[in-house]
Amino acid sequence: MQATEARAPAAAREMFYSEALGDALRLEMARDERVIVIGEDIAEHGGAFQVTAGLLERFGPTRIRQTPISEIGIVGAAVGAALTGLRPVVELMYVDFAGLAMDQIVNQAAQNRFMFGGQARVPMVLRTQGGSGRGNAAQHSKSLEAWFAHVAGLKVVMPSTPGDAKGLLTAAIRDDNPVIFLEHKLLYRTKGPVPEGEHLVPLGKADVKRAGRDLVIVTWSREVLFALEAAERLARDEIEAEVVDARTLVPLDKETILASVRKTHRVLVLHEAVKRGGYGAEIAAMIAEEAFDDLDAPPRRLAGLETPIPYAQHLERSVVPQVDDIVRAAKELVA
Amino acid sequence: MDRKTARDVYRVMRRIRGFEERSATLFGENKIWGTIHSYAGEEAIAAGVCANLRDDDWITSTHRGHGHCIAKGADLGKMFAELLGRETGYCRGRGGSMHIADTSKGNLGANGIVGGGIPIATGAALTAKQLGTDQVAVSFFGDGAANQGTFHESLNLAAIWKLPAVYVCENNQYAESLPVKRAFAVDDIAVRAAGYGMPGLRIDGRDVRAVYDAAREAIARARAGNGPTLLVADSYRHEGHYYGDPRKYQSKDEIEGWRKRFDPLTDARAWIVDEGIASAADLDAIDREVAEEIDRAVAWADAGPLASPIALPGDVYAGD
Repeated sequence: MQATEARAPAAAREMFYSEALGDALRLEMARDERVIVIGEDIAEHGGAFQVTAGLLERFGPTRIRQTPISEIGIVGAAVGAALTGLRPVVELMYVDFAGLAMDQIVNQAAQNRFMFGGQARVPMVLRTQGGSGRGNAAQHSKSLEAWFAHVAGLKVVMPSTPGDAKGLLTAAIRDDNPVIFLEHKLLYRTKGPVPEGEHLVPLGKADVKRAGRDLVIVTWSREVLFALEAAERLARDEIEAEVVDARTLVPLDKETILASVRKTHRVLVLHEAVKRGGYGAEIAAMIAEEAFDDLDAPPRRLAGLETPIPYAQHLERSVVPQVDDIVRAAKELVA
Repeated sequence: MDRKTARDVYRVMRRIRGFEERSATLFGENKIWGTIHSYAGEEAIAAGVCANLRDDDWITSTHRGHGHCIAKGADLGKMFAELLGRETGYCRGRGGSMHIADTSKGNLGANGIVGGGIPIATGAALTAKQLGTDQVAVSFFGDGAANQGTFHESLNLAAIWKLPAVYVCENNQYAESLPVKRAFAVDDIAVRAAGYGMPGLRIDGRDVRAVYDAAREAIARARAGNGPTLLVADSYRHEGHYYGDPRKYQSKDEIEGWRKRFDPLTDARAWIVDEGIASAADLDAIDREVAEEIDRAVAWADAGPLASPIALPGDVYAGD
């Protein structure tokens, strides 16, 4: 987060990631009465991760529309509302529940514009959170970005910092397409500077979170924090790692990634999600196709093991990349 | 139903039947790619419901969606053009039969997923409620969809939020090949409405007057802010699930018997003439006009350019 801090404008305030998201919702709801929030436990309770805390008091129960536990009903209603003039923001409590709503996400929201020959727009945001690290075990801890990134018609956003969370959520709400906005459960209580007032981070722009010359680590979401920590340790051994936060997986900012690859000639693609069929494979393949001659070593992936997320704390940590793993992989890559 | 409405719904039903018959011909001539599902036999439902809707009311439809589309005011030429894969089709050849939408008339689309449109109509009704308009959303779906989770979740949401929605279950006796008796432990699907706290009404889907009257009341109730209704219209699908369906799950006797017993167009002709609303000659004239309209529509569609190549990302993403 160092680089973000250095660039933050004067009118920034330290905020939790969860507060930054709530700030974006509050500002967009005040700006546009068509924006509504719909989901489970979002009213008096303030959301399972407190992102919507305070919004019920400000906007009332029709715009902070709390629902029964009906995932496909909620997402489908958001699709219908988006098709007819609202700009709904769905809160899906865990990304693992997306399976219950997948038809409406994939067959309806993502494809309506295309299937109808351009007659429709589906300006909706599906906010949800994933990731391990809290002992929630296999049905509440997955990282499923690759599922959504595979579907034509969806945009996929994964912010790592409070500032990016606010700016990207604002951009997602103003986007005329269905945006899958994937938060990480262990980022909600991280703090960072967040610009006050309107703050937009455009979709499709990666961010160089740390500059370096020896290798580039391309990553997103919570692993950005791990990568930055690993980079500090690598620097003690005079290895300077650049860290690129992809921020948006669809559309992907190829230019920023390729520029870092051309500068460092070595790339480690890092994510928490299972390696097999993960989005890192897409990025590694893209780099191999477009910058093969700039590489001094094959692109390397470091990602989750091919297993459901286990419960016990030491087991949970053993299946997703930790800082030690990143340091080790980076050293092997530059050796 | 007043006299003008009676003649109007007769014409709508004739247009639907004519569209399906011509589509079958075109399909037999290999001019239609993929698959199509005929609405023949169920015309009274779409016609009777949509006669109570305004252009700015919304519907969601099904894979068997031609009838809803026509009843909501679609242009037959643009529909045929879509089936023929033309740029001039409603979906510019991207969607085909199972995805025709006409948002200019509030048709939010046919749907290839059984039960897929039910929550979408619910969301449209939410828009009306949220923005304080008096628009209504109607979801058409089949008996098969009534066993999907979307049916349950959507009816419950609409009931607790008192949304201006009307759910129209078209019981055409088969979910693909499965007869309703093997898919429901109740005889009357409409009893399910009580479980959601909304009125449920079983109606004769062959009789356009019965459909019209029930829909008028349900739509007025929704428009007045009094919440959703479930209508279940008993009907019969004249053709198979799709053109070319070998229909091994039905006997010939059943098909021929039901077709004769259950033809909303024959029925409508009978009572319209009996009640002196129009003469047989008047109705013959409507039939001829519709036949000519279909000839013109097919000729127009056939003259249209083939669908343009897929343009990325603009065909898939708005604003790019």
